[in-house]
Amino acid sequence: MTHTFFIAFSYILTALVIAGLVVRAVIDHRAQLRALAELESRGVGRRSRRG
Amino acid sequence: MIRELANPTRFMSLSGTLLPWVTGLAVLLLGIGLYMVWFVAPADYQQGETVKIMYIHVPAAWLSLFFYMIMASSALGTLVWRHPLADVSQKAAAPIGAAFTLICLVTGSLWGKPMWGTYWQWDARLTSMLVMLLIYLGILALWRAIEEPNRAARAVSILTLVGAVNVPIVKFSVDWWNTLHQPASVFRLGGPTIHTSMLVPLLIMAVAFTIIGVGLHLSGMRTEILRRRVRTLTILEAERLDAQAA
Repeated sequence: MTHTFFIAFSYILTALVIAGLVVRAVIDHRAQLRALAELESRGVGRRSRRG
Repeated sequence: MIRELANPTRFMSLSGTLLPWVTGLAVLLLGIGLYMVWFVAPADYQQGETVKIMYIHVPAAWLSLFFYMIMASSALGTLVWRHPLADVSQKAAAPIGAAFTLICLVTGSLWGKPMWGTYWQWDARLTSMLVMLLIYLGILALWRAIEEPNRAARAVSILTLVGAVNVPIVKFSVDWWNTLHQPASVFRLGGPTIHTSMLVPLLIMAVAFTIIGVGLHLSGMRTEILRRRVRTLTILEAERLDAQAA
């Protein structure tokens, strides 16, 4: 294998791992926002403990 | 400042303002860093172009230790000061640190094959870095194993502080033992031994990686705060439904 292979593989892998972290962060954040909006639309709030 | 940020609502507001700037800065620095690596930095007189792996391997190694230190400080925040955001910070830092440790190990291995003739050697630096990855994975597993966030945070804090023993071992392994891995060449007494033409792109890439990491950490903390709100509201809803049924 040439040195180009090792260099390219290193950069591609790094890009994929960082992109994976970014995509995971975005998907997770949107999922929590959706869940929160759903709960709030059902009238669940911090004040529901009082009544 | 820290007391002000202890309020999750205030943290959400401040981090929401900061995050677009952090993202923009990360993209800008990464662009400059990659341009310098590919079009300005010279090839090494011994390693040739393979030295380009250094510009991602070394920042990843630094960030692996950096995020472990963030987790260890947050663990102290959880156990000693009971800072409301400390365990949120710990939980958000773990996957990022683990990812950078993985990048460090794999790129190191891919750099080692053409330079040393082997992908892996059980020397002190490589082995202690592998132990670091295993500690990160253990911490991630422990977060998943305990459902109640406060209990999980205390257990993870203890594991994190025990695992912190490995941080100086990673850093000084190349000084304490005879290793195949080269000794420190940037952060060392007597100054860096790398030529400026390579040191500048390396430092720019390191700052870019750090800003990316900080952005991901802020984003992860924001998501974790939302997750806890969802959990609290779900419990409140269940309690309300129970009360209505009774």
